[in-house]
Amino acid sequence: MTSPAVPSIQVRVTAVLQKLTGGQKAIQASGATVAAVIDDVDARHPGFKKQMYNEEGKLHRYVNIYLNDEDIRYTGGPDTPVKPGDVLDILPALAGGA
Amino acid sequence: MSVNVYIPTPFRHLVGNRASVQADGATVRDVLRNLDTQFPGFNAQIVDGSGQLARHINVYVNQVEIEHLQGEATPLAAGDEVAVIPALAGGATVPLTPEMVERYSRHLIMPQVGSSGQRKIISSSVLIIGAGGLGSPVALYLALAGVGKIGIVDFDVVDRSNLQRQILHVTESIGIPKVESARQRLVSHNPNIDVVTHEEPITSENAFRIIEPYDYVVNGADNFATRYLVNDASYLLKKPLIDGSILMFDGQATTYVPGKGCYRCLYPAPPPPGMVPSCAEAGVLGAMCATIGSIQATEVLKLILGVGEPLVNRLLLYDALSLEFRVVKVRRDPSCPLCGDHPTIHELIDYEQFCGSPIPHAEAPFGG
Repeated sequence: MTSPAVPSIQVRVTAVLQKLTGGQKAIQASGATVAAVIDDVDARHPGFKKQMYNEEGKLHRYVNIYLNDEDIRYTGGPDTPVKPGDVLDILPALAGGA
Repeated sequence: MSVNVYIPTPFRHLVGNRASVQADGATVRDVLRNLDTQFPGFNAQIVDGSGQLARHINVYVNQVEIEHLQGEATPLAAGDEVAVIPALAGGATVPLTPEMVERYSRHLIMPQVGSSGQRKIISSSVLIIGAGGLGSPVALYLALAGVGKIGIVDFDVVDRSNLQRQILHVTESIGIPKVESARQRLVSHNPNIDVVTHEEPITSENAFRIIEPYDYVVNGADNFATRYLVNDASYLLKKPLIDGSILMFDGQATTYVPGKGCYRCLYPAPPPPGMVPSCAEAGVLGAMCATIGSIQATEVLKLILGVGEPLVNRLLLYDALSLEFRVVKVRRDPSCPLCGDHPTIHELIDYEQFCGSPIPHAEAPFGG
């Protein structure tokens, strides 16, 4: 049962991370902040959070997270609040060029 | 003497919309007068106030400019081809031969390009890092467009597994150096261009020397260490860097212009070795290379021509499976060690050490 105060947002991942989300490109999650949303995804797809955070509990610097197309680094980091209908894109660096 | 006169697009409305007409005369001067008799008003387009051939008009007899012959007194023989080509835009010393006018006609008729734009394309030089999945379509489209000098850096040889996506190479090229295969294919498409091959890995020792002579750098590298190296070198040499990357069914593209952010602003640190697979490990759908590669080629042409909005401060995300294109905003990071407000990187470093893994060499081909 979800509390009406907790927004439902769309989390989108690239192909490399889809093996952790049951092959899905986009999943629905809940949380009041970006960090809470990632926790929520991790609860249902164990191992997800480990891809985002290092041992010190900080976001990996080769993973970028965009909330509604804005880099969260500039909007308050993992504590950035989210609202209903928001879209979170999780983008690890790609190297392939060949 | 009856000769064929090639009429370029801007003048065709004067001659009943024909690309070529017959004219009579023993010399170029006679033929031009005859054209004016047949098509009143023709001369007015090509002479200046004193009645001389205007300086912005080039006349060719059998593909040779009359300046190298006897000017307007150049004698003509039956069946000769005379071409009257206007040179538009000041400072244009790049000649557009009749072959080029025909070849690039689809550019010349566009207001955003025209002959001045085509001259800019011909006068520009682009360096492409990697003759692989991304490097191939970028090099091809820039060659077709007429970029005057295209440099290609790749020290690998063509491998059968490349042929699934690297459109510069064919079965007969297996085993020959990629830059040589690339050069052959590019000049066979467009003999007007100059292709410079750099059959060597790009390293901290040679990056400045290789990149300096070019106006633009296109990234088609397949590993993080090279991406950081090319980013740093391009920024330090103040060259725009048109970046692209692909893996499996995803692609990204963006354009870095010094002062508006760089690769390090987007990815301050590389992933630990083994965390993000290469194309050789995870695969890639071949056709995707064309999507991102042609976007990169288009970005280069937009920068050369100064039209449209380049992907500066915008990261294009391409998801081939759902067929979605999205754009996220990227910024210059004021704390970026390369291009931020207080930079600490002023020279090229050891990128293999930075990334914690060696740059792939011939055993695991550079081409991915």
